[in-house]
Amino acid sequence: MRILCCIKRVPAPGARINVSADGSSVDAAHLGFTTSPHEECAVEEAVRITERGGGEVTVLTVGGAEAGEQLRYAASVGAHRGVLVLTDGSPWDPQRTARALTAAVESLEAADGAFDLILFGNESADSGGFQVGVRVACALGRAVVNGIKGIELSQGEARLRARREIEGGFEVYELGLPAVLGVKEGLNLPRYPTMRGRLASKKLEIATLAPDSSAGGQRLRRLHRPVETVSDTAILGQGADAAAAAVDAIAELGLV
Amino acid sequence: MLLVLIEHDRGVVGAPALEALTFARGLAAGMDADCCGLMIGAGETSAGRAAASLGAHGAARLYTVEHEVLSDFGPEAWGESLAQAVAALQPAAVLACGSERGNEVMAQAAARLDLPFAANCIAVTAPAPPATAGTENGGGSWSVTRVQWGGSLLEDADLAPGAQNEAAFFSCALHTVAPAPLDPPPGAPEMLPVAVELDAEMSRTVVADRVVLEAGVTLPTAPVVVGGGRGVGSAEGFAVLEELAELLGGRVGCSRAVTNNGWRPHSDQVGQTGTRIAPELYIAAGISGAVQHWVGAMASKHILAVNTDPEANMVAKADWAVVGDLHEVIPAITAEIRRRRAQ
Repeated sequence: MRILCCIKRVPAPGARINVSADGSSVDAAHLGFTTSPHEECAVEEAVRITERGGGEVTVLTVGGAEAGEQLRYAASVGAHRGVLVLTDGSPWDPQRTARALTAAVESLEAADGAFDLILFGNESADSGGFQVGVRVACALGRAVVNGIKGIELSQGEARLRARREIEGGFEVYELGLPAVLGVKEGLNLPRYPTMRGRLASKKLEIATLAPDSSAGGQRLRRLHRPVETVSDTAILGQGADAAAAAVDAIAELGLV
Repeated sequence: MLLVLIEHDRGVVGAPALEALTFARGLAAGMDADCCGLMIGAGETSAGRAAASLGAHGAARLYTVEHEVLSDFGPEAWGESLAQAVAALQPAAVLACGSERGNEVMAQAAARLDLPFAANCIAVTAPAPPATAGTENGGGSWSVTRVQWGGSLLEDADLAPGAQNEAAFFSCALHTVAPAPLDPPPGAPEMLPVAVELDAEMSRTVVADRVVLEAGVTLPTAPVVVGGGRGVGSAEGFAVLEELAELLGGRVGCSRAVTNNGWRPHSDQVGQTGTRIAPELYIAAGISGAVQHWVGAMASKHILAVNTDPEANMVAKADWAVVGDLHEVIPAITAEIRRRRAQ
């Protein structure tokens, strides 16, 4: 099975994100970078599928030369090929990113045949546009479902069942291949690279494509931090002795 | 006209649709435009039943789409229906709630029309009249503030649909506004069908099956959430949190560190990559309050933090805090509630 994972290089989640003085971008000086968490699960899932049934995992990203680090990381956990649509690394609007990815997929498929499955993260951890995967799937005329936290292949890998969480359970989608899925963290627990994987990833030959896309209709004007909610925290006490005061507070809300 | 996607599940309208209407009607009033709802595949009876509430929340008219492919939710069928309704009704903008389905259907429709879509906005300003072209918000661009990083960073952006008179697509971030009916409530909105043509192929992404795992209160709607973080220490350590949550009619949640350690399933994770909660009371036990977790919990109305570290971020953001080991404090709270209830 031929699987493509589209990933994005983002600042490591959890860190405090600061903005450059002019508000045009994130201040990256003190940040570590990683693969957006949903997409790390996409790569893990793709590798598991090919480990079971054979095939090849290609990882594709749009970004500056530094995004090659994330392609190498994917190779260190089992991906076979890395493709970089090389830009100057500045943030692109979602339509533009989708156009560039669509063009890249078409060019890769023209050379080596269609991908059976294309995986996206449900949304990127940073800009959170919630649309790039859907736009690419629509442009390719392929079925796409978002929010997927479980994938099961059936009928000799010609169809799949995909699970998405809803309140109190999950809903199931049944798709024929080729198909596109937007996946979420929780799909699996991604592995850490082995020493052998790290060494192999150094030898990964990253194929580079030139971007071929025009800007879309959304233009970033300024990034800024929200006004921090300063709360006058009432310290109710220390340890178990504070339980009565805590229950008084809970009782104020009518919950006791 | 502003067209609002009325999210529903097999005809049942929930809070997201009412949030979107509450958000949209303010914008529509400022533009002197109508705020109208669009219900896709709900069935005539369900739409009729929901109409009064939708009207009360700001829908001046309710457009409905019916088609045999729309037997249940399906992102492609809903997205194509929305795209065709937009082509027929020519609204100035389309709004939805930034829920999982809301953002997905908006992405589908915007993709099909190749129009821009700004997800998870907290503020939207309509374009100024053409006379002011060249000024910051003049010349046909919508101006939005939307959330990045799940809410820990904000982005001001312009949204310019391709040609003139084409619709812009927005979703409002979940819990940006509380659903609020108009006072006095207007009469039920007029219901108008919109015809769509859907290829039978669209049924390929319609929900095929559903599995119910639990009845009763769920994490996103629980009135009380008792959350545990790294400080809980183990899967077994959650027993005391379960006990308190049950006593208060709530649910247990957790931080990303907990799911990464395999102590709880990912479905319990509160945060940017997990569930967003908005309970009346969030009891955060042994949770430091990293940004990733905070953005999922910040819609909580009241927070009680229990932490050994008085400097923890979660303590600073809480209404009340108890400094101490959750393994002592939580059982003591549980015992105290039981004692008072027994009186």
